[in-house]
Amino acid sequence: MNFLEKMMNIDRRWIYLLVGICVLVPLIRPVGLPTSLTPYTKALFDYIDKIPADGPAVLISFDFDPSTAPELQPMAQSILRHCFSKDINVMCLGLMPTYIGMIDIALSSVKDEYGAVSGEDFVFLPYVPGVTAVMLSMGESIVNTFGRDYYGIPLDSLSMMQHIRNYDDVALVVSISGSAMPQSWAVLVGTTYHVKVGVGTTAVSAAEYYSWLQTGQFIGMLGGLKGAAEYENLIESKGYTIEGFRKVATKGMDAQSFVHILMIVLIIIGNIAFFSLRKKSRQI
Amino acid sequence: MSLNPWIWLAALLTVCTFTFLWRDNPFYKFAEHLFVGVSVGYTIAILYWNAFMPRVWEPIVINHQFYVLLPTILGILSFAIFFKKISWLIRYPIAFIMGAGCGISVPRSFQGYIFRHMQGTITAISPGQSNLLLISNIIMVIGVIATLLYFYFSIEHKGFIGKVANVGIWYIMLAFGAGFGYTVMARVSLLIGRLQFLLHDWLGVID
Repeated sequence: MNFLEKMMNIDRRWIYLLVGICVLVPLIRPVGLPTSLTPYTKALFDYIDKIPADGPAVLISFDFDPSTAPELQPMAQSILRHCFSKDINVMCLGLMPTYIGMIDIALSSVKDEYGAVSGEDFVFLPYVPGVTAVMLSMGESIVNTFGRDYYGIPLDSLSMMQHIRNYDDVALVVSISGSAMPQSWAVLVGTTYHVKVGVGTTAVSAAEYYSWLQTGQFIGMLGGLKGAAEYENLIESKGYTIEGFRKVATKGMDAQSFVHILMIVLIIIGNIAFFSLRKKSRQI
Repeated sequence: MSLNPWIWLAALLTVCTFTFLWRDNPFYKFAEHLFVGVSVGYTIAILYWNAFMPRVWEPIVINHQFYVLLPTILGILSFAIFFKKISWLIRYPIAFIMGAGCGISVPRSFQGYIFRHMQGTITAISPGQSNLLLISNIIMVIGVIATLLYFYFSIEHKGFIGKVANVGIWYIMLAFGAGFGYTVMARVSLLIGRLQFLLHDWLGVID
């Protein structure tokens, strides 16, 4: 069996091992490969950056659970950091039971960095069943839709909620999602209430959202770990982070690049092996 | 190295899950079953405290808002499926959900999924944009037409139509390629996230 035949029958565990090495080595010894800025990340950043302090709120919909957290949690935390550093009011929402825990983790790791106070700088909305009904009901009244915040305090008693009634007082909805939820936000809320919608999505979903960006239904997009790394770099370059800010997504980008190179090499070898062996078998 | 027992538990469960890369084994099975159990338990707890108590119990029992009984009964009918004799009762909540769901989503879906995208395609080639963007948009419009034609089966795909449909196949292949590239990125990101957790939060060997 020659090299090409061996490659065609390679045990997939060797590939796992190579992928593991390509991730581990750059995490332990970072190379610092540059991460270029995409226009869609910048568009989302610029839009949030122009929202006035203590004015209309940014509604961050945490539409993900732990299975996609490595990509999406850094995005959510970066957007929270951006908003808190500029005193932009934030509402955090989870439309599924398992999404609520992600808000808790994100807020607890970021709010103390900026001294953000629940009810004044941000509101943690509780889980209410019925995705579509909740989205539409918020267009009538956010207070009536949820009643209380996650901590059990009546929403109408919170100072931040005194000037936030419905989507008229929401500058932007950011759906950070590992599912098709951003489309629901654009279709149900963007279309009906004319609210601007931004999206932070897993890389798997990013490709299908370019058409939504082209139509203007999304004002900007953070695509996968790279999008998160871009946003981390943006908020750091503008001085919106505290000292010792750990750029989780950026640290992972070296490993990402290494594995992509490995994948390209494996695809090339696989194709060469496949076509060579096919040619050989035809000659026989 | 972390001294937090929860970090240790999470790390050991991560290692248990990774053992599946070698082959299926009891450690992986244990982690998998624990994950399913914890997810369900967590969901039930959230539903109980955030849905049942404030939306059903408090309005009916404490505030005597008896109109809440109507949707509650409709919801309870969903459980009729577990009882053979009255399983047909589940049709009522399903009929309500389907009726309301269609009424809400059909007009908005036409607007959001079809009209806006048609508009975006039609107005893509308009004056006043940079040459690079214009070329990009022309490529996009050709792609939309060619791909749509590929999925139009009332005309035989031969001659000119066949050639355009072939162009559509190329566009579809490019879309699959982009999707695959992004999928690799997504899956690797999950591995990076877990290894960052093991190396940073658990072992503390990286910043």
